[in-house]
This record gives sequence, C-alpha cells and structure tokens, in this order.
Amino acid sequence: MTSNPPVYKKKDFASDQMVRWCPGCGDYAILAQVQTVFSKLGIPREDFAVIAGIGCSSRFPYYMETYGFHTIHGRAPAVATGLKATRPELSVWLVTGDGDGLSIGGNHLIHLLRRNVDLNVMLFNNRIYGLTKGQYSPTSEMGKRTKSSPMGSLDAPFNPLLLALGAGGSFIARSVDVFAKHLQAQLTAMPAHTGTSFLEIFQNCIIFNDDAFDNVTDRDARKGNVLYLEAGEPLVWGREDARHGFVLNGMALEAVDVVDGDVSGILRHDTSDKMLATLLASLDPTRGDPIPIGIFYQEDRPAYDQQFQGQLDESRKTLGTGDLHALLHAGDTWKVRG
Amino acid sequence: MNKTAPEVLDSVVIRFAGDSGDGMQLVGTQFTSSSAIFGNDVATLPDYPAEIRAPAGTQEGVSGFQVHFSGQTIHTPGDEVDALIAMNPAALIKNLIALKLGGVLIVNADKFKKADLAKARLDSNPLEDGSLADYRLVEAPITTLTREAVAPFGLSTKEADRAKNFFALGIMYWLYSRSMDTTLAFLDSKFKSPYREANRAALETGHAFAHTIELFQSQYEVPPADFPQGDYRNITGNAALAIGLATAASKSGLPLFYGSYPITPASDILHALAPFKNYGVATFQAEDEIAAVCSAIGASYGGAIGVTGTSGPGIALKSEAIGLAVITELPLVVIDVQRGGPSTGLPTKTEQSDLLQNMFGRNGEAPCVVLAARSPSDCFEVALEAVRLATHSMIPVVILSDGYIANGAEPWPLPDIDKIAPFPPTFATDPEGFQPYERNPETLARPWAVPGTPGLEHRIGGLEKADGSGNVSYDADNHQKMCELRREKVRRIADSLPPTEVTGDDGGLLVLGWGSTWGAISMAVESLRADGKRVGHCHLRHINPLPNDLGDILRRYDKVLIPELNLGQLRTIIRAEYLVDAVGINKVQGQPFLTRELIEGITEHM
Repeated sequence: MTSNPPVYKKKDFASDQMVRWCPGCGDYAILAQVQTVFSKLGIPREDFAVIAGIGCSSRFPYYMETYGFHTIHGRAPAVATGLKATRPELSVWLVTGDGDGLSIGGNHLIHLLRRNVDLNVMLFNNRIYGLTKGQYSPTSEMGKRTKSSPMGSLDAPFNPLLLALGAGGSFIARSVDVFAKHLQAQLTAMPAHTGTSFLEIFQNCIIFNDDAFDNVTDRDARKGNVLYLEAGEPLVWGREDARHGFVLNGMALEAVDVVDGDVSGILRHDTSDKMLATLLASLDPTRGDPIPIGIFYQEDRPAYDQQFQGQLDESRKTLGTGDLHALLHAGDTWKVRG
Repeated sequence: MNKTAPEVLDSVVIRFAGDSGDGMQLVGTQFTSSSAIFGNDVATLPDYPAEIRAPAGTQEGVSGFQVHFSGQTIHTPGDEVDALIAMNPAALIKNLIALKLGGVLIVNADKFKKADLAKARLDSNPLEDGSLADYRLVEAPITTLTREAVAPFGLSTKEADRAKNFFALGIMYWLYSRSMDTTLAFLDSKFKSPYREANRAALETGHAFAHTIELFQSQYEVPPADFPQGDYRNITGNAALAIGLATAASKSGLPLFYGSYPITPASDILHALAPFKNYGVATFQAEDEIAAVCSAIGASYGGAIGVTGTSGPGIALKSEAIGLAVITELPLVVIDVQRGGPSTGLPTKTEQSDLLQNMFGRNGEAPCVVLAARSPSDCFEVALEAVRLATHSMIPVVILSDGYIANGAEPWPLPDIDKIAPFPPTFATDPEGFQPYERNPETLARPWAVPGTPGLEHRIGGLEKADGSGNVSYDADNHQKMCELRREKVRRIADSLPPTEVTGDDGGLLVLGWGSTWGAISMAVESLRADGKRVGHCHLRHINPLPNDLGDILRRYDKVLIPELNLGQLRTIIRAEYLVDAVGINKVQGQPFLTRELIEGITEHM
C-alpha cells in the first residue's frame, strides 16, 4: 500500500466495452458522474466492486473499469452482502432499478437496509420496465397505460424513499440523472457514510417513459419545483419572484410565501430528523408540492459488515484460533484399544 | 429379584416413544452415547413430527427415537424393535407395529385413563382388552413414581412430570445392564439445580424400579463390538458436515462463509457452524433461500469458500443462483439435506427424491458436480471433497444428504487431522496477459481473480461469456463451445477418482446404490452373500460425474438393481447413460429401507 492516494482520471474508470444503452438514455449521464466521482475518491481502483442485478441499469458494471458483477434479477443486494461481509475493506456499489430493486428484489433491498451493510445503492428510477419493453413498474403512477395495462395500471406505486426509511435505512438521498453537480455531490457523500447509503436517481427512459421527470428537469419547472435539501438551511424553493418555504403546522408541512427574502420563520433542514425526512419524502408533486432532492436523512449506526467481522475477531480473541483436533474430539469420545 | 447373570445378546433395538414434548429424542441420544462409549456399534433413527407440539396425547404428536446397539458391525437402526417404552396410548398405538412379537413393552400405566384413551382416539384400553397378549407387557406407573422421586426438590407438578423421560431411561439402562455414568455426567454439566437433582433422582428411581419389580423376566447384556483401535465419538450427519466444512476451511487456508435460511432438516448445520467463528467459519442467516445462496456466491467472488445449505424446497428457490455460479465459474458448495416432497411434503421424514432436481433442475445447460454421502460420518469426507473440487475446478458442487443420515448417529473413528493433505487454491495475481476466462489445461478451471487484486479488474455476470476474455458474447459458436466446456469441466473430475469399489465382484446381480441407503444395502447384501447368493454391491458417492469405470462394472453383471427412496431417479440416469436395463426397488414412505425389505426385494429379482 502506498501512503499517497492514487491519482486517476475519469477515463481510468471507463471499461473497453461498448456502452449499449439507447441514445439519449439517462444512464449515460449517471455513468459519467460515477466515473468522475470514483476517480476522485482516493480509493485504489482495484478496491471498487460494482454489483448489479438485471435490467437496463444493471448493465452498469460492464462499463466500469473496476471489479464488476452482473448478477441475477433482484439479488444484487444479497450477493453484495456476502461480498462485503467477508471483504469489508472493499468499496462496494450496487446498481439497481425500480423493477430490480423494488419488485423482484424488494425483499433483499429492505433487508440490506435494516442490516445497514456498508455499501452504496444507486436505484435508477425511471418508473417503467425498459429492458422488457415498456410494462408498468412498481413506481409507475396509478392508471398508467402500458402494453400490460391497456386500461391503466391498478397498482398503487411505491415511494422508494419512504420504503427505505421504513426499512431502517441510515442514509436516504435523491438526485436526478442530468443534475451533474448535484449527483456528484450525493455520490461523494455516500461512501463517506458508514452503513447502507441509498440514493434514488430520477432517470429518464427516452423510449418507454420519456419526460417522466419533466416537472424536475425542464428548465422552468426546475426553478419552480425543486427543493434543494441542505443540512441546516431553510426549506425554500421557487423562482426569484415567487419564493416559498415550509413551516410546521401541527404535524404537517405548510407552504408559505417568503416575503422580501426573509427566511427567519422558515423550517430548516435537519438530516437527523426522521419525522421531517418522512414529511419531505411524502411530498406529492401531483398536489402542487415541491420535489426535494439531496440528503433526506442520515443516521449513525453500526454497519453490519463491521459487526460481522467483529464477532469473528472477538471469537478468535476469546477462544483462540480453532484447534481442529480439539474440535473433532469434542463431546463424548472413547478409545478402542486393539 | 434377578439373581441370574444377564442374558448375552448380539444386537438389540430399542425405541423410546412419547409426546413430542416428552424428551424422547434426548433420552434416546443419551442411551446411544452410553452404548457407544461402552463399545457397541450403534445406529439411530429419530422419528418426530413436523409440528413442534401437536396436542398432547394425540397420535399426531408422537415422537420416537430408535437405537440399534450391537456387539457386531451394524449399518442400520434395525428392522424390528426388541423393547419399546411408550409414554402414552398414542405412542403405544403408533409404535406397536415395529415391536417384534414377544418383545418387551413398557408402558406408562398412569396414562391409560379414559381421557388419555380418548385423546389417542382409542375405544378400548389396550392394557385391558387383550390386544397386547403377544408382548411381554410391563405396566409401570412412571408419572406417579417420578413425582414421588422428585418430591424433595420443590418442583411444580408440570416440572416434575418433565423428568419422567429420565425415569424411562433408567428402566432401559437396567434392562440392558448399561452404566448410567455418561448420563449422570451429562446431567451435571447441562442442568442447573434443582433440575439436575430431580432428573438424577428420576433416572436412579427408574433404574431401581426395574431392578426391584419382578415383571422383567431377565436382564440383558450386549457386549462391545470389535472396533479397530482408535478414538471414537458419536456423530450425526449434520454435525459431520459442519466439522468437515470447518476442516476444509483450515485445509484450504480460506475463510468459509455459510449462508443459510432455516429449514428442516438442514438447520442443525447452521446451528453447528455458528459457534465455529474462531475456525474461520462465518455464518449468515439470510432473509430467504435465494439470499442465502446469493450471499455465498458473493463471498466466493471475494475469495472465501461460499457454502449454502438447505432442503429440497430451498434448492428449488436457489436454482437460478446456482446457474449464476455455473456461468460465472465461481466455487460454491450447496448442501441438500433431502426430505419427503414434493412441495412442503414430509419435512421431518427422509427421502432421496431431489437427485434429478440437483442434476438437472436449472435453466439452460448448467451442470454441477453432485456428491452423495452414504452415512453420518461419511458426511465429513464428502464435505472436504466438495470444498476441494469447488475451489480447484471453480464450479458449484452439490452435497446430497438426507433426513435419515442428517439426524441419525453412528460411531465415528476420528481421523488424524494431520494426515489430511492441505489443498490451498491458487489466486490469480499477475496482470500480465490476464484473461478472466482462460483455462487451466488440466481442470479447465478459470482463474480465481478476486476484488482487491491490482490490475485484474474485470467483469463477470450471468450473460454468456467469451472464452478467454470473459466479455459478454452472443456469438453462436462461442455459446456452443462454452456449454461444452462447462460440461467437460465436470466430466474431467472423473479422471481423478480412485477405482470404484465393488463388494462381490463375481457376476450375478449387482445392487447399485447411492447416498444413505448404503447401510441397509450393505447389511442385506452381506446377509444374502452369507447364504451363498451371487449378489454384488456398488455404492456411488459421485453421481456427476459418474466414475469412468462404472460402465464396465455394470456390464460384468447379469442384472442391475437400484434400490432408492424415490421412484427411480438414479435408475433414470443409469439407463440413459449406459443403456443398461436396470430395475428398481423404490420406497417413498418417509422412512429408510429396512434390511428385511431389501433382502426380500433383491431375492425377488434373482
């Protein structure tokens, strides 16, 4: 090991494989930011492992010049848990989508979050099944007409952030595929957190669900609708001429106008407040609420892999390294003399 | 009083039967340990319901433990019971069929009141209606005498009644002239006061009761068997697997990761491995069967020995992930402790019906190595071999055990650990010309290149890989080549196998078996050969790949007979592989073969 952190360029993290996402897919933008952030984290390239399930997003590892494992549908959290539990020194990143992570792999995702395995989850949410050509997903809005729901989907959608909060997630954040700087900031914050870092990324599927996030990414909408969460900063959003902020009204958030830039009465973001995170994650843009992005919630609690290794260490310390002869001769043994 | 010396017997089979809460498994295990330590050969058959506590006194809740102990070498828990203790009417009715005519039948006479008979759905009292006339009936007021014996220790009635299994054990110890020392030491180490003293009093009172009453016509003695010199202990198959895996971790120099989800009858492997942390064994109780195997694959990817254990329903859930280990060519050990199926089936009963599932139950051409353990102690050897093959051929290896050998016990001559050769794998470290799917010319294994190794960054996954580079490939010829390579990788393992052992290599009929039927087949064939019959026995540990010499062996016999606890799964493979007109003896009753059944079945085919 050298004492100096390795110096990389973004291209050091690009593999020699042709990227095969559709032209214009939001995944390209995410790939670029991940490669950029990895080059700046100061982690040796060989210590990165990128693990994915199945789906468009899950092809991600093939395009990263790191160790990578394209596993099976929904099961990446379990594979990643086995890897990280035995190799806690690795920087493990998990790439999943709304179908892979919330439908077929929903069980593994919630158990990953409750265990708080120290790895980084990027959930690309495009609210549609892309790789199977356009069926509704567990985050598609009710009533969505797709090939498999010609009269409209009957399924109420999951809110990924509320699900992650409910599962005991210790780091819950959201960003957007095309918000390069914002996305980089979240990706940089994730490995600094001990435990599972969960990042929902709004990701546009140009073929099957184009413009699903227009209310966030459209130049005008972005100014009007996006609430940038910053720890300690007031919860304000809106154009210069129409600023709004949140105050608490009983147990609910209430939007008020910000007059003359005076934010003294406005609620400030507190990433350690789970109730506030829940209120913010529950905001519904279809009712005119703003769309928060950034870190909703962060909590310090022990990481599973560290405790897992801790028990192994403690066992060796208290019992000594196992003696196989003693193990075989444990219990009631007897001698036969020939 | 018995003044005469005990009658000496070659072999005895006893059975303890009671409610599932009566502690029959515990005292059965105690009798087994005492007999083994005395020097008998032993074999056991625990038989218990899937329900933890079915309603007390009902036939559904009956739990039994059978012990065969002998001055000869034995391989089965015995066909017929010589002495049965029944703690209630339900236990009597369920187990009487196994008791031989004229056998000793000890009943807890306190439990034959009207209400007890009703719970067992009996219209008349078997103690009074003459239905037990063919047995040597001993009516013992076990509940009353146990309560009296433990009275000084201030227990509640409920607590006092929990000691009556030790009263029953005391009777059996006297009847077969067994020392109580092992059990007394066990009580001292496992029970706190006043339960230690209460159980001790119940045990000694049971012993004294048997000695005092004149209902027993005689006392018996089974002399020690003639074992080779060495250290021995009793072992169950699940415990032997756990010790084998810990030994494999040490001999390979790798950490071992066991990912598992609790399932009968495999959970005891997880319980046994969990305290082995200081042996380099890590256990992970996953959220489901799929996560269990996937976590093991993740651990293997990182350079550990990934192992998962389950029973048939769990294998069904793990299939897709096992296929992932096949195509990514990672080492993986999968343990299937088989039970009666399909679906939930008979969770606590034994069967061999997952063979074809493990051979073929995956999408695509996805061959795994398949090994089968033949006895409880053989599980140790099979565990070592599975880890060695998985890590050296970079391949998933399935270990087939079953409920019978998983829970059954036998004496195990302890191997000399220092004589087991280490088998460390080779990890790739050299970036020069590194290719993730280049081949070891001998085994065809690809290199094991683990994250954290500088310069070897590469991608693997479930999409077809180009041979050599490991890049995603949809090329037609490459896919054909890779499917054939993965098959050949399994087949080559056969080249390193020792010659297959056959008992009775002189033509006639060959009995071909696999797995836990070894004991019953061995005893049946020995018996038939002693009668001058031309019968051979060949028992398979390796089912995939099959041994190279098996085809020649099969052709040396006039007829091939395959007894299996399924409807003909190995037979299907053998017929397909060798075009041999093999016939079967097939039993699917949740119980192992009786030696007698096999003798009759084999004789019919001669």
